[in-house]
Amino acid sequence: MPQVTLTVNGKSHTVDVEGRTLLVELLREKLRLTGTHVGCDTSQCGACVVHMGGDSVKACTILAVQCEGAEIATIEGLAAADGTLHPMQEAFREYHALQCGFCTPGMVMSAIDLVKKHPSGLSEQEIRDGLEGNICRCTGYHNIVKAIAAAAEVMNGKRSELARAAE
Amino acid sequence: MNVTIPFEGIGASVRRKEDLRFLTGRGQYTDDLNRPGQLHAWVLRSPHAHARIERIDTAAAAAMPGVQAIYTGQDLAAAGLGGVPCGWQVTGKGGKVMAEPAHPVLALGKVRHVGDPVALVVAETRSQARDAAEAILVDYAPLAAATTIEAAIAPGAAALHDEAPGNICFDWEIGDAAATDAAFARAHKVVRFDTTNNRLVPNAMEPRAALGEYDPNSGEHTLWTTSQNPHVIRLLMGAFVLKVPEHKLRVVAPDVGGGFGSKIYHYAEEALVTWSAAQLKRPVKWTAERTESFISDAHGRDHVTHAELALDEEGRFLGLRVSTLANMGAYLSTFAPAVPTYLSATLLAGVYTTPAIHGQVKAVFTSTVPVDAYRGAGRPETTYLLERLVDVAAREMGMDRTEIRRKNFIRPDQFPYQTPVALQYDSGDYEATLRVALEAADFAGFEARRTEARARGKLRGIGISTYLEACGIAPSKLVGQLGARAGLYEVANIRVHPTGSVSVFTGTHSHGQGHETTFAQLVTEKLGVPFDQVEIVHGDTGKIPFGMGTYGSRSLAVGGTAMVKAMDKIIAKGKKIAAHLMEAAVEDIEFSDGQFRVAGTDRSKAFAEISMAAYVPHDYPIEELEPGLEETAFYDPKNFTFPGGCHICEVEIDPDTGEVAVVNFTACDDVGRVINPMIVEGQIQGGLAQGIGQALIEHTVYDGDGQLLSASFNDYAMPRAKDLPSFQVSTSTTLCTHNPLGVKGCGEVGAIGSPPAVINAVVDALRDHGVTHVEMPATPAKIWSIIHQGRGGADLPAAAE
Repeated sequence: MPQVTLTVNGKSHTVDVEGRTLLVELLREKLRLTGTHVGCDTSQCGACVVHMGGDSVKACTILAVQCEGAEIATIEGLAAADGTLHPMQEAFREYHALQCGFCTPGMVMSAIDLVKKHPSGLSEQEIRDGLEGNICRCTGYHNIVKAIAAAAEVMNGKRSELARAAE
Repeated sequence: MNVTIPFEGIGASVRRKEDLRFLTGRGQYTDDLNRPGQLHAWVLRSPHAHARIERIDTAAAAAMPGVQAIYTGQDLAAAGLGGVPCGWQVTGKGGKVMAEPAHPVLALGKVRHVGDPVALVVAETRSQARDAAEAILVDYAPLAAATTIEAAIAPGAAALHDEAPGNICFDWEIGDAAATDAAFARAHKVVRFDTTNNRLVPNAMEPRAALGEYDPNSGEHTLWTTSQNPHVIRLLMGAFVLKVPEHKLRVVAPDVGGGFGSKIYHYAEEALVTWSAAQLKRPVKWTAERTESFISDAHGRDHVTHAELALDEEGRFLGLRVSTLANMGAYLSTFAPAVPTYLSATLLAGVYTTPAIHGQVKAVFTSTVPVDAYRGAGRPETTYLLERLVDVAAREMGMDRTEIRRKNFIRPDQFPYQTPVALQYDSGDYEATLRVALEAADFAGFEARRTEARARGKLRGIGISTYLEACGIAPSKLVGQLGARAGLYEVANIRVHPTGSVSVFTGTHSHGQGHETTFAQLVTEKLGVPFDQVEIVHGDTGKIPFGMGTYGSRSLAVGGTAMVKAMDKIIAKGKKIAAHLMEAAVEDIEFSDGQFRVAGTDRSKAFAEISMAAYVPHDYPIEELEPGLEETAFYDPKNFTFPGGCHICEVEIDPDTGEVAVVNFTACDDVGRVINPMIVEGQIQGGLAQGIGQALIEHTVYDGDGQLLSASFNDYAMPRAKDLPSFQVSTSTTLCTHNPLGVKGCGEVGAIGSPPAVINAVVDALRDHGVTHVEMPATPAKIWSIIHQGRGGADLPAAAE
């Protein structure tokens, strides 16, 4: 059985896998990091998005054996050790950008990568286009778009703290 | 010192309690749970839409690595398991009870749709179970499939079930046919309209999953499942399928990733893992893949309808005749017979004073996945029909679209309003929601925007929908008369702990609705207990006395009212304790803001002092009152609730591509009292997205052999962020008159009111192309063909989609 050594949320793991084992299966079943979800079988929904070497990837499209030496970040590793949320997590809560929560981890991981790749800011249309690979069935995206715009302001250093949602 | 305590009661947009675990990856969805010694199950499903099972050979599969057991329908029959039950019985014309064929957990003798479960493989790993399932040899003798209603009722069509000749499940009617005929006889004009309400796949983002466990010591079965109503699953599965009594069966619905109706029903896989775990004395888990969800989760809609509206010279509605063919799929799912009848045809009056209505529904079995309630459940179908019909009528009468609606609205002073189709509406103000929406949408300024768009080469249109719906399911006696096999009460148990914190055990279930927050706000408002001292517990039959779950926008109107009743009992008992402690008469004790006060004095006791005294008293009226502070209340609603409102959609069509862009969407909804505006707006926005998805892109396509062509997210168009606009959502309130909170329900209004607004806008945009109707979904291919081939209103073959 092949073996893969990778770093997940800063911690090194060596894991026995099958050749067909997907990264998302490694995370969920071997490491019990169940925050990364599986919502489809065609790489469409984005519930499984994690960061690999800092870039967002769909963990259902990556074989575990491709991850030798890789740095993986998942939703579980996002908040600070003292529990302080990442600005994107905080924005999702403030703007009610989640309902059932199932697409949320992938949505948050995609959104962080989207903001990082647009350091000068994002228009509403750019956010909507950037979410092409993430499906949410609950929210209608309205509040997700707002949350990402608000988090981007903080992540890009335009604001020191998150703008409150209108009451 | 001034400390500002944020207001967290009724009306505050309190941020959600549940978010923290979901945002940090600590949610506990069914597939996230693992039990010691757990095995994995894979369901072998039929590749045929209709076939006789000649032989199943499991020998090779059983010998494969890791395989612990393989079960077929014969094994379950031999073990005495029952079939999957249906919760409603419709009695049709002439007192004829619906055909109710058996729905075996695993197919017996025949398969009746692609995806019908044929065998269960249980192995050490999921991959092993799947590999083994592929090694099972099934000899099928294919039979003719009937995947559309038309094919199923055609003369000579093969019958799916011996019990349902001609594939007819029931033929039912409502309203007064003679009065309606008379209304048509004196009509100035009769407007006719035919439409198909497109079949949808609910597609909650979390695929269904089930995990069964058995404790041989206690004999207790536990099922963790992706359910909207664990108590109902316990009742249906325990009593009808497994024949296990409730005290030996615990059903837990932990975090559930969306439902939209599809997780109401009792599904075969729940019984399979629960039963096989007991056989094997090891936990068994099953999780659907997405394509498996497409071919095994109940679908929604799929009604084919002909309607006729009779009008007088002034445009007043005199009579309405509606005849619907409703697709039930291959078997009757839990709510299926109720959807086109009691949840749909009873809404045919809509927001209008149409005095005579006659509706007929013929339900048809087809060799497709069972069809059942999906967000709105029958009300979107009727709303779409009425609001398109009214627009068609306005056009044929040469009337303004708002004028014809206003002329026929039920006025605020007409409530309570008895419709000719069984329902009595308690409250509403359709003029108010129309007025607010027209203003917010700048309806008056639309023609300028149309002109501006034309200059850019775009076709711009605007559409209105004024609607109501019936929810808050359900007044038990009424629905019992209508064929429900169970009452639809709700229950709340409220446990005040000694130090004054509160646990609420509710029989409703939250799978995105935010009950942990909204319900806590109710407790904060009513008992004065701080928001962070309130815990909402749901989804576990081991903890909660009973409940009917969450669907039909019932949680707050029915479950919330049960909570209010239980809190009233808490306050009443607290007053007695307070009276004893303060040596006052019970009648003199007042309760507000978390304080029990002796009226007209400065003497008071805080809520937490009373709760402490209730549990560990030195001084207690023990002769008259039992210690403790915990109360349970059941609530049976007196009537349905009737939310409604106005949705206005503005679209732009690119004639070069046929693409329809929703450029503005405005909704003003009356959902009764709003507890948490943030959550309510989120519910409406989500519903709108599903309604726009139905109108423009979502479509379930079977080929003639019964293969589901749209069985993945590659093939079935789910609305994505770029397909939707930012929404303008607002509420305008009339209170529900028959529940103490005045709430009506907000979970489904978005999906109910919006599809006709979208199509009315599309038709308006295409008005210069001679178009009078476009069937849903208005895909780019369809619109392009209309524009470029002049095919006004004609539906294109599926192949052109």
